[in-house]
Amino acid sequence: MPDRERVGLVVNGEPRLVEVEPRTLLVHALRDGLGLTGTHVGCDTSQCGACTVLVDGKAVKSCTLLALQAEGSEVTTIEGIADEAGLHPVQQAFVEHHGLQCGFCTPGMILTALDLLSRDPDPDERTIRHALRGNLCRCTGYQPIVESVRAAAEALR
Amino acid sequence: MIPAPFRYHRATSLEDALDALAEPDAKALAGGMSLLPLLKLRIGRPELVVDLGRLDLAGIERANGSLEIGALTTWDALSRAEELRGGGLDAIADCAAGIGDLQVRNRGTIGGGLAHADPAADLPAVAVALGLELVVRSANGERTIPACDFFQGPFATALSDGELVTAVRVSTPPTGSGSAYVKVEHPASGFALAGAAALVTPAGDVRIGITGVGGAPALVHGEDELVELEVYGDRFAGEEYRRHLARVVVRRALERARSRAERSSG
Ligand SMILES: Cc1cc2nc3c(=O)[nH]c(=O)nc-3n(C[C@H](O)[C@H](O)[C@H](O)COP(=O)(O)OP(=O)(O)OC[C@H]3O[C@@H](n4cnc5c(N)ncnc54)[C@H](O)[C@@H]3O)c2cc1C
Ligand code: FES
Ligand code: FES
Repeated sequence: MPDRERVGLVVNGEPRLVEVEPRTLLVHALRDGLGLTGTHVGCDTSQCGACTVLVDGKAVKSCTLLALQAEGSEVTTIEGIADEAGLHPVQQAFVEHHGLQCGFCTPGMILTALDLLSRDPDPDERTIRHALRGNLCRCTGYQPIVESVRAAAEALR
Repeated sequence: MIPAPFRYHRATSLEDALDALAEPDAKALAGGMSLLPLLKLRIGRPELVVDLGRLDLAGIERANGSLEIGALTTWDALSRAEELRGGGLDAIADCAAGIGDLQVRNRGTIGGGLAHADPAADLPAVAVALGLELVVRSANGERTIPACDFFQGPFATALSDGELVTAVRVSTPPTGSGSAYVKVEHPASGFALAGAAALVTPAGDVRIGITGVGGAPALVHGEDELVELEVYGDRFAGEEYRRHLARVVVRRALERARSRAERSSG
């Protein structure tokens, strides 16, 4: 059994220490180590994007990253984007535009959308679809998700 | 799915990485977009994983008459690099922008993509068409390997054990050249069922790299050579259909490269 070690991450703005094995994936460090179960595991084969979080502002699939690779990084999960005033504008847009049904893909969709909107505050439909290509949804048919992201972009501008 | 246990070493310098990789059963880790899925499936079971992620090997530098792209430069950075727009180098950015998805482009690197040598990967086509050179380091020093000698078959390259790609050298094509990369992708994975990179120069030279159709990228100098292209078939695209796709992507890549060449020569 390889040694367990402690990895320091800044998760949703707070410095945290998690005990991991070298092989521990970031998603398990977040879910099992820190109890942040808003990050989902869908496919576990790097395809579906349900596990997407932001690492230093960039969307990554946390099932395909060792926790140790993220040491010292800022990690943002779905739990970290709302504030006292209420839901984040992207979350609010998903609520208003039916951007979710079962909600399983939603955390990943929203965090990928945040990466997109940080680069492009006014993406057209094609750009949104291209950016969300690594996020699969089995429920919505994507159209309301695209509309949610467009509405969110407008709300954020 | 969780990888089999391994030890982890975060390399602090290139020398440190090469030292660590001298151990048998050590594996370099760059973006992890190919390696981690293999470790999770336990197809790979290294004793030691050497993380290159913190090495200062990302970025694009101009040297005389060429560009040097650091091995850790991500697909995302390549897809947005001003240095790669115009000047006959668009195929690199085309290719980087079409890889996988945003999350994969945020992590995956040019060095890892080349070293992995997936027969359906996109960049190998561009690498042979533009005549890229790989700068490679080992404990014994540095050497450069032309892309045409680098790819030796599916997942097989000219790298020896313990060697690392540190950079990719791109010589600037003659003024007025144009290049492009076009693929027909597997709808689920995004990898190329057939992909072609074309470079055309004002002197009329044509170089076309083709990926996804054989064990290693092929280099041809015109559409007429496609009859001799070796093509394999699988359940996603039979041999005849894949050969058809190869023709289509080659023609489209040539058209786009030519129109870019015309625009750049004004
Ligand atoms: C969902 C998904 C979709 C994808 N779609 C595409 C696609 O459409 N087209 C495409 O081309 N690719 C695709 N890929 C693969 C992607 O491009 C990978 O980023 C790339 O193949 C590997 O780069 P990496 O930095 O992640 O390497 P890693 O996974 O870290 O390493 C891959 C291999 O290269 C070795 N290695 C890494 N860096 C070096 C180095 N500097 N020197 C020597 N050896 C090194 C490693 O030891 C390992 O054997 C996809 C991947 C995923 C997960
Ligand atoms: S669980 Fe990570 S991509 Fe599907
Ligand atoms: S809302 Fe159910 S998977 Fe997207």
